[in-house]
Amino acid sequence: MSDPIDTMVDQAPLPIDTETKLRRFWRLLKAAPLSVWFSLVVLACYAVLVVFAGVIAPFPETEIVAGSFLPASAEHPMGTDALGRDFLSRMIYAAQNTVLIAIVTTLISFTIGGFLGLLAATLGGWLDQGLGRAVDVLMAIPPLIFALLLLSIFGTSTLNLILIIALVDATRVFRMARAVAMGVVVMEYVEAALLRGEGLLWTVTREVLPNTIAPLMAEFGLRFCFVFLTISALSFLGLGIQPPAADWGTMVRENAALISFGEMTPLYPAAAIGLLTICVNFIVDWLLKISSGLKE
Amino acid sequence: MNSLLRLAGTRLFYGIITLVVVSIVIFFAVELLPGDVAQQILGRDATPETLAALRERLGLNDPAILRYLSWLRGIVQGDLGASLVTGQPIGDLVIGRLGNTLFLAAFAAIVAIPLALFLGVMAALYRDTWFDRTINTVTLAAISLPEFFIAYILVLFFSIGFSFQMSGPLAVIAAFVLLALLRGILQARKTGETSGIQLVIAAVFLLILLNGYFRFLPLTTEPMRVLPSLSRMSEDTDFGERIFNSILPMLTLVLVTTAYTMRMTRANIVNILAAPYIEMATLKGVPPARIIFWHALPNAWAPIINVVALTLAYLITGVVVVEAVFVYPGLGQLLVDSVAKRDITMVQACCLIFAAAYVLLNMMADVFAIATNPRLLHPK
Repeated sequence: MSDPIDTMVDQAPLPIDTETKLRRFWRLLKAAPLSVWFSLVVLACYAVLVVFAGVIAPFPETEIVAGSFLPASAEHPMGTDALGRDFLSRMIYAAQNTVLIAIVTTLISFTIGGFLGLLAATLGGWLDQGLGRAVDVLMAIPPLIFALLLLSIFGTSTLNLILIIALVDATRVFRMARAVAMGVVVMEYVEAALLRGEGLLWTVTREVLPNTIAPLMAEFGLRFCFVFLTISALSFLGLGIQPPAADWGTMVRENAALISFGEMTPLYPAAAIGLLTICVNFIVDWLLKISSGLKE
Repeated sequence: MNSLLRLAGTRLFYGIITLVVVSIVIFFAVELLPGDVAQQILGRDATPETLAALRERLGLNDPAILRYLSWLRGIVQGDLGASLVTGQPIGDLVIGRLGNTLFLAAFAAIVAIPLALFLGVMAALYRDTWFDRTINTVTLAAISLPEFFIAYILVLFFSIGFSFQMSGPLAVIAAFVLLALLRGILQARKTGETSGIQLVIAAVFLLILLNGYFRFLPLTTEPMRVLPSLSRMSEDTDFGERIFNSILPMLTLVLVTTAYTMRMTRANIVNILAAPYIEMATLKGVPPARIIFWHALPNAWAPIINVVALTLAYLITGVVVVEAVFVYPGLGQLLVDSVAKRDITMVQACCLIFAAAYVLLNMMADVFAIATNPRLLHPK
């Protein structure tokens, strides 16, 4: 027979805790403005496209299926591109390529920047100083310019693109994570954890991280927008995701000549980029508002 | 005054140190390459003889630190070295391009900054009204859109003209504005301050939106071709033509930067208006205009200058994409071309110029902010 107090401590608080959190979140969501609901629906549509691109797209990504620059028809709802590939299918595959690459890049930059930032704030001393000055120097160069420099040195490939943008972005994440964590490490519970002899990793992941998660979430959305727009800009310049892979920035570049004939198709991928970032921004705006204590 | 000069001197010194460190980063980033530049250029064609000859020509046999010092000495003397691809001196190519880029950035700044400051102050004064909410949503959307999207929309409108299929994109834009307006209206309904104007504007945009599908409005016009979609420019182009050719790139930059600057201005002014001394002035019955110009503005200068500097710094990177869209012969275009050709010495020179402008602007913002706020002269 187990000790009743032990059972209570082990099991009881957890479900109640999560349920109230879920309920609280649902209550906030119900009160959310129209733009947030709209954004959530749009994001869900993008997620479906990303996951099921291969099933939804009527034609393969890189296969030439018809003549070049065909106007919209029943078979090709958005027409075909310069090589005769189905535009709609490429739009759908581009969702998968562009969004996944942006998410991976943001995750890498968050892992590096966030971890180093939390570490710098927790440890302080020479590590904090050294990392801080290194980031200062990197941030003295405009991010797009720095990315272009590194791309010219290492060459344009998707892997290089991901690593370079992640590095450039990690400097911003570092600054933010460090600033947020600085406010938390002075708290008594962190001092208590360190004094009772908890390891450094434990303290960072169990005491500092949970208390910085809300601003970090909002920041993740903002960083994703930045990464996504930077990658799209580089692809538009011909230096990002390389053909034949479909990608929204590249598609605008490839078909831009059509615009001078008053044709709309090259703007659809650009609009797809814009819509996604707008929706993420709306949600981040709302998250920041509710996490700053419901100042309405 | 004396202490201010001393402070400006210190900031200048720090700025130069930063620039030197940045130049070290830009130069030594190349050393991270597996192999060296000579191997990169020759690629698979490399034989030991050609490699040795090229290394000799590029001076790669010297240690990196010596090459850096001679590069730095060249730059200080105004010699940016030679292009890796064409062998031409970089300085000659860069100087005209830099002039064009500065022209475009200045043109955009002259329009964007007063506009953004005006809108920002208005939004702060009329905060939480439908005007503020609408402009807030529209600028949030403008920030989220890629620069090339805004650029091509402008091209469609101003250099190609409305045609029948233009109803579609008009409808998309109308949908965005309508969403922004709806948000403002719904929130205003709660506080009971709906005004007639916003309903009229909303109705107009709803009409345009529906027209995108039903096509009942004759929005078709003859192709306008008013403004050039490509910015052709040579050294003997006169000033008026330069202005005319760069209106569309300028407008693109204005739309993007105004959104940023306006939001930052609004946040700063709202902060200041919440200060107790403003409340005090209001309670004393000071007229609103006097509160703004005598009480709020002197304390707002520092943040406003900071905002202007950030805008200018943003313009510097913004030109890269915009120049590519309009084939504007500026430094950004040169940089992008050089990256594609992997002309590393050219890229290094362009990056150094961009970074120098960036550092210089931030430094000037610091000095001006301190000059307008005597409290910052005496840090605790």
